Amino acid sequence: MYDTGKVITGLVIFVGIFTFAFWYTTGTAAPRPEPKLDTPEIQKMAKKQCIEDTQFMITTHMQLLNKLRDQALRDGNRWYVNSKGEKVWISLQNTCLKCHSNKKDFCDKCHNYAGVDPYCWDCHIDPNRSEL
Amino acid sequence: MSMDRREFLKAAGLSAVAGLGAKGAFDLFMPGDVDASEHEGHSEHGEGHGGVAEAGPKVRLAMAIDVLQLKDHSKVDKIRAACDNAHNIPHWDSKDDEIKWIWEDEYEHVFPDTHNEYLADEVRELPFLLMCNHCDDPPCARVCPVEATFKRPDGIVAQDYHRCIGCRFCMAACPYGSRSFNWFDPRIPLKAEGRKLNPRFPTRMRGVVEKCNFCVERLAEGKKPACVEACPDVMIFGNLADPNSNIRKVLRERVSLRRKLELGTKPSVFYLV
Ligand code: SF4
Ligand code: SF4
Repeated sequence: MYDTGKVITGLVIFVGIFTFAFWYTTGTAAPRPEPKLDTPEIQKMAKKQCIEDTQFMITTHMQLLNKLRDQALRDGNRWYVNSKGEKVWISLQNTCLKCHSNKKDFCDKCHNYAGVDPYCWDCHIDPNRSEL
Repeated sequence: MSMDRREFLKAAGLSAVAGLGAKGAFDLFMPGDVDASEHEGHSEHGEGHGGVAEAGPKVRLAMAIDVLQLKDHSKVDKIRAACDNAHNIPHWDSKDDEIKWIWEDEYEHVFPDTHNEYLADEVRELPFLLMCNHCDDPPCARVCPVEATFKRPDGIVAQDYHRCIGCRFCMAACPYGSRSFNWFDPRIPLKAEGRKLNPRFPTRMRGVVEKCNFCVERLAEGKKPACVEACPDVMIFGNLADPNSNIRKVLRERVSLRRKLELGTKPSVFYLV
């Protein structure tokens, strides 16, 4: 074979560059996001519980929000009856963000980590900040 | 809805190329087949307002505007500001970009069909407040290909910004110019003006159509529409289906006009003159 040395060197360099993204980031994984729950409104609650179970809210809040949006807007019914039979006023800005008044440290934490950019905030505003 | 607007637009564009995007056209030619919700609460016997048929809806919301009171122009400004603030409506410099929920114009333009050159000066010079008429038979809802605009059982013609794809069919269909399109991000002028936003209401985004919503979000909370709260003597809001309501009372006592009745849209905004 001709040029074995050059070919092998070339291959080593190629594999190195090709897998750069993998070995370069090893051990530097972004830490798991810890959305903060220490808002005044949540502190005040005797039992710190969202409108449904925490696990359900973590995995399914997007579907629930979609459903509640349609119920409020399309059917004009702004009361959500949760699985415990409690009534909750449907409003992203006036109910969800009332407790979660820390959008940056709550919503954005996981959304940024997961690399999702929900279009809620194209229109909805964070009621706890006066500027946009 | 699991697609966002942009994905939907892309899909719609492709299906239009494939000749599949014809729902709007069907609705135009076969109006009987349009969404049943549009006809909920609509009196089939064509009696319309003022003589609500017995089989009609229990609630038919409407507005009467006492235009004679608007001689005091500060009331016009007060009412418009109340709506602007309640709904985070931006102010654009150019008329082309303007977003209007409630605005003013003169008799000649508001009632072009009944214009008369010997009209009393007093009426000719009055500022008429214009807004969405929440028509009983709303052409805007009929043409919307995605049912983003629809008539609720209480008569409010609602606009679902989550669904609007910005095709502006509704703007072409509305004979009253009640709808505005967001050509640009409405947050640009809101920021530039340094406006204090109403934290209880969203803004809109670029690419959707908007209009007066009869303050549906305030009614849901048991409040009156913002314009009514600002000037209750000018804006009389109520239930047309209830013969004892304030609005029915004032309509019995005063002469009222509605815009472009001949088009059959059955507007629910009355002008008291
Ligand atoms: S005034 Fe125009 S936008 Fe309002 S309901 Fe009638 S047709 Fe639709
Ligand atoms: S612009 Fe929006 S509301 Fe109007 S017809 Fe198109 S989708 Fe419907």
